[in-house]
Amino acid sequence: MPTTLFQVKNVKKHYPIKGGILRRTKSEVKAVNGVSLEITKGETLGVVGESGCGKSTLGRAILGLEPLTEGQLIFADQDITQLSRRQLKPFKREMQMIFQDPYASLNPRQRIGAAIEEAIKIHNPMNAKQRREKVLSLLEEVGLKREHYGRFPHEFSGGQRQRIGIARALALQPSFIVCDEAVSALDVSVQAQVLNLLKKLQSKYELTYLFISHDLGVVRYISDRVLVMYLGNMVELAPSEALYENPVHPYTQALLSAIPRTVPNKERERIKLMGEIPSPTDPPKGCAFHTRCPIATELCSQSKPEWRAVGEGHYAACHYVGEELNA
Amino acid sequence: MQPEVTQADVVIPEPKKASHKISQTFKKLLKYKLAVVGLIIIGIQIVMALGANWLTSYDPLTQNLSLVNAPPGSAGHWLGTDNYGRDMWSRLLYGARISLIVGFISVVVGTFFGVLLGLLAGYYKFLDGLIMRLSDLMFAFPGILLALLIVAVLGSSLTNVVIAISIWSIPSCARIVRGSVLSVKKQEYITAMRSLGSSDRRILFKHILPNCTAPIIVFATMHMATAILSTSSLSFLGLGAEPATPEWGAMIAAGQQFMWQAPHMVIIPGIAIMLVVFAFNVVGDALRDLLDPNMKKQG
Repeated sequence: MPTTLFQVKNVKKHYPIKGGILRRTKSEVKAVNGVSLEITKGETLGVVGESGCGKSTLGRAILGLEPLTEGQLIFADQDITQLSRRQLKPFKREMQMIFQDPYASLNPRQRIGAAIEEAIKIHNPMNAKQRREKVLSLLEEVGLKREHYGRFPHEFSGGQRQRIGIARALALQPSFIVCDEAVSALDVSVQAQVLNLLKKLQSKYELTYLFISHDLGVVRYISDRVLVMYLGNMVELAPSEALYENPVHPYTQALLSAIPRTVPNKERERIKLMGEIPSPTDPPKGCAFHTRCPIATELCSQSKPEWRAVGEGHYAACHYVGEELNA
Repeated sequence: MQPEVTQADVVIPEPKKASHKISQTFKKLLKYKLAVVGLIIIGIQIVMALGANWLTSYDPLTQNLSLVNAPPGSAGHWLGTDNYGRDMWSRLLYGARISLIVGFISVVVGTFFGVLLGLLAGYYKFLDGLIMRLSDLMFAFPGILLALLIVAVLGSSLTNVVIAISIWSIPSCARIVRGSVLSVKKQEYITAMRSLGSSDRRILFKHILPNCTAPIIVFATMHMATAILSTSSLSFLGLGAEPATPEWGAMIAAGQQFMWQAPHMVIIPGIAIMLVVFAFNVVGDALRDLLDPNMKKQG
């Protein structure tokens, strides 16, 4: 029976926009607007969506890097939502993050050995020699060399830097890692290497990943389950295979139809979405997607669709799921 | 992909020392002609300050009333003597020592507190308003007036001049540091440190501060010039060094009565001040171009 590692309950993250002399809150950017998830130990949960849909904010909120506006985070059966920074420290060990930009996520003035060691220093009472040994073995683990220990970040390529970021995240032997667009900044051949490294490390250390990306191909390759987000809302959640083969939500369908195919000239129907993504400051009433949805009706503009089960482990938020769409 | 490496056959090279970077910067600095001139002048001042005891046989305070207002080139006194017959060359040498020490201490003290406050203001939003409004308050006074005020309260002496100039340096330094902290703080590696559970103190001093060093170095160099000039100004106004002290500003003040009979009494220390201030300014300029390419255009 798979155990739930991380429970995310109705998480909301709104950023206030302040204005006027008194700096009163004029309105809010609803970056994440009610996301509930159960992340199973050992799985990779992919999160996809267009830019600005709140996927990165979700990742940061889960790790406690952003205070929540609302909601609850339960890690390994313990509620960590209200914990102070000090109380949170042992949990930080268990939860790590791999960042998008391998150039920005390393301190340019710090040697990479020291950067990785620092993670251990913060949490672990190891002596200098043990730490150094640990870092050297981590470097090898992620496909770098021991000689790289004393070098500065600018001496590495993007792919190598991302490996350094991975080594730093692994240094504390976490159980949960948020990969925020971890391979998006890399070119395709290096992406594959890094993805394979992540997979290898996952099976070796039983890691659980929350893999955030806008790249549908990458997400399909690495994820067991995939969550689709739109404007801070959950749109569809399904096992990878089911989502890519049989998307039920019109937004997911449109998104998937935009993936370039390897077979040219093959007949296919592309669903083109009209218009721009609405502002998260003032999301549409009812279903957030109704302004661009090809099948939207009166109902969609009035009531927010419930989260419905469509298949085994397959959920979607659409009024018409299981009716016209699945026919 | 993964090379076969055993523990024994790889010797980890000792990390390059930080001094490597300093010497590199220094080499690049030599490409700026004006900066080289500045460095030479500063070098001469340092030699004068350190070697004052050996470079002259006269005590700067010993009077010789039989030989007052001797012009430069007189026998035994190549820069002449002042209105009490004190050797101008010795006074110039010891003055170099004073201005260097006073400038250095006030810059170090001012920068220390300025950096500290700047870091806090940049990092903690709730302190930002308080610290920056206080520094605005101090900016509202013209610099020399503020120094005057402090010296007036504490009494006139060189120590109090150092204190005054230090206090006066704090807000501008804090403001510069705050600006860099604000930009460094948003970098992803700071978020990365937070996600590792790093303490604020560690983030501030191990990650933010090292990435703010360039503007701090530039500030300190440029401020050296201001500090030396202010010391002399205050002494000239009679608020710094005691009248007999061989301080350049005080020397000018003493010489102004004899402007027409013995112009060298004013001109020599005047040129010394001018050259030193010029030197620190051009070196600071070059350092800014070198270390902080973003600041170049605003010059």
